[in-house]
Amino acid sequence: MSLRSWPWIPAFAGMNGETNGQTKTIEMSEALDLSHYAKPAADGTCGMDLAVEGVACGACIARIEGAMKKLPGVTDARLNFTNRRLHVAWADGALEPARIIETLEANGYRGHPFVPLRAEEEEAAEARRLTRYLAVAGFAAMNIMLLSVSVWSGNDMTPETRDFFHWASALIALPAAAYAGQPFFRSAWRALRAHSLNMDVPITVGVTLALAMSVIETANHAKAAYFDSAIMLLFFLLVGRTLEHAMRRKTRAVAGNLAALKADTAHRFAGDEVVSVPVAALEAGDRLLVRPGERVPADGTVQSGHSEIDESLITGETAPRAVASGATVYAGSLNYSGALTLNVTAAGGAALIDEIERLLEKAAGAKSRTLRLADRAARVYAPMVHVTAALTAAGWLIAGASLHDAIVTAIAVLIITCPCALSLAIPAVQVVASGALFKSGVIVNAGDAIERLAEADTVVFDKTGTLTLPEPRVVNAGAIDADLLKMAARLALSSRHPLALALAREAISAKPFGNVTEQPGHGVRAVIGGVEARLGSAEFCGLTHNPLIPAQAGIQSQNREISDVRPWVPACAGTNENGNGASQIYFAHGDKSTRIEITQKLRPDAAEVVQALRGLGLDLHILSGDRDDAVAPVARDLGIAHWQGGLTPAEKIAFIEALKAEGRRVLMVGDGLNDAPALAAAHVSLSPVSAADLTQAQADAVFLGDRLKPVQEAVAVARRSRRLMTENLWFAAVYNAIAVPVAIAGLVTPLIAALAMSGSSITVTLNALRAHRGR
Amino acid sequence: MNVLVYLVPMAVGLGLIGLIAFLWALRSGQYSDVEGAALRVLSDDDIEPEQSESR
Repeated sequence: MSLRSWPWIPAFAGMNGETNGQTKTIEMSEALDLSHYAKPAADGTCGMDLAVEGVACGACIARIEGAMKKLPGVTDARLNFTNRRLHVAWADGALEPARIIETLEANGYRGHPFVPLRAEEEEAAEARRLTRYLAVAGFAAMNIMLLSVSVWSGNDMTPETRDFFHWASALIALPAAAYAGQPFFRSAWRALRAHSLNMDVPITVGVTLALAMSVIETANHAKAAYFDSAIMLLFFLLVGRTLEHAMRRKTRAVAGNLAALKADTAHRFAGDEVVSVPVAALEAGDRLLVRPGERVPADGTVQSGHSEIDESLITGETAPRAVASGATVYAGSLNYSGALTLNVTAAGGAALIDEIERLLEKAAGAKSRTLRLADRAARVYAPMVHVTAALTAAGWLIAGASLHDAIVTAIAVLIITCPCALSLAIPAVQVVASGALFKSGVIVNAGDAIERLAEADTVVFDKTGTLTLPEPRVVNAGAIDADLLKMAARLALSSRHPLALALAREAISAKPFGNVTEQPGHGVRAVIGGVEARLGSAEFCGLTHNPLIPAQAGIQSQNREISDVRPWVPACAGTNENGNGASQIYFAHGDKSTRIEITQKLRPDAAEVVQALRGLGLDLHILSGDRDDAVAPVARDLGIAHWQGGLTPAEKIAFIEALKAEGRRVLMVGDGLNDAPALAAAHVSLSPVSAADLTQAQADAVFLGDRLKPVQEAVAVARRSRRLMTENLWFAAVYNAIAVPVAIAGLVTPLIAALAMSGSSITVTLNALRAHRGR
Repeated sequence: MNVLVYLVPMAVGLGLIGLIAFLWALRSGQYSDVEGAALRVLSDDDIEPEQSESR
């Protein structure tokens, strides 16, 4: 169970190349300053929270907590298995926080410290509150039902005994309702003050009137009282609300863990020394060292050094840009060749390109607030119910009934129409659907995202990092001798150059060769089996021409030219014979040698998923910030006819607005910072977990892993859910069509009310469970 | 039927005790890690000292 709900965490571990494996251990040897995460508590201890990777079973709890408690000074260590988080407390000053991460690593787990979000703490408090309401409502419902069943079945009951039972019910029901009904009363009050109606308004009116009438009827020694109905209604509604909240919290916790997993460390100058600090602790004005192969941790200007940086996460452009002192670089860019010293201008989330910020504000403002299905239903339903009740009272008065009887009947109408089923109809489906999506690796951020996802009829993809994998891969693996590739990949494990990291992903064993020397700017070499092996530029490998394709002399001379200037830097931008913009490195072992092409590769199932999406009747587009000649082959391979390259963020928005003007509902899938405004402008949006932080924050849902499949599943689940929501709403309508005439006729007894209400709630909930099943 | 005057409050009282016990458990954080609690039961770290005494 627990394993099934976290199936993708191990897969994620290998996803962001720069932060895992060998590079992490290198950083560990440097002083790691975690003071940002260590929070002092009132009792003189220090506490830190970590998201822990690799926790799979019960034994892990004992192992981790045991290892922590053996550390000097640790006063408390508790692993929360539900959300894979570890809290450690220690006597202030007695322990270096970095030791905690080292100890976890020594035990085979990876710990990522984080600061708990305020929103998460508030949600935890809200969850506890809801559970308390639920407990009180449940207690009251059970006890009142005990008394009510006696009244219903007690034919020989004396009127005194019945009154006693009713008063006992009132004694339980009134305080319980006053306490447990608070979430509904408050929400209804908020809606009324804003001059609108939501589902909580008829609920509040129904519950209050039912209780008031029951008290009056009891005082008049009447036979019927509706305490049980009112409380049972609250109980069912609270069950729905608690579940909905629990699901939201769970996805929130996972999103928090993923953010902690993604958080990189930056190398900050403290005087002449370099200290590793978490990116979250950076401030404007800090001086940073950015080594080759690392991502730029914050926006800044280059003080010294020159290099080439890959800004594909920012602009979608895959060809690197040369930077030197004075140049501005953005957080998320990948540093290719030289070490840079950086002066931080904006840190910690504030990092943004002006233009994108401006567009984002505009897009968010222009986004027409689509009315949620539940609110739409409430707007039709609430007035109708109240008008029906008023007409019933008026009708009975005209027909000659007493005022008392007319009002009792009208209230019975309100009780029976109290939208129990209706207010469960949509949230219940949402809970089950988000659960199903969660298991297939989609984390839903917005509550109504599922509804909007189901309405999408057009999908706009970004190319770089969305249709293609976020990290470059070897593309010509099939053309290379397998043993040679294996050897090259293992040699690549010893380098941090981005191309070597890409090649290292092909490695089968994670064990690097011993005695490897790196010649910065040229390549790596080692002696393997008595023969020297070299990996790097053509020149470094002693290759002046391509050994495999001698016919390509013209192209090779071009490669050599670039190699001569900066040898260990990719020769880029469509210089090879495929025109696919691949970067190339060379490998030589004795007299055997090969060229390895590395480029952004399509996600493994992209073609399949695109085909399936087309099968679902969706219209597909590619909008990329990359050059036309880099987009064209991708569009060709996927068979997507509508594509455009070289777009600015503003042009992307304009395109989406044009689609919207045609009446289309656009699903935007993108990961770059340049996609963020387009995501905000689209009807609904998805982004891969490797996306820029800001982009992810704009997306309605985030999908995990290397595959594109979650996009297809999200659409499929959303459509199924939407169908179930509509079914549920229709069911509620049919239920009312039958129950309301009975109530208007004055034939409703408390027993019928109780049966009808619980019956409809359970039916709707059971129907919602179908969202979980496969097609 | 006068016995009901005692029995009904007693039944409700017993229910109340259960409710209060639940609220106490909730407040003391026993529901913050439900999956973990199910697994912690299987851990036998806490019985080791007792075993060494009995042997």
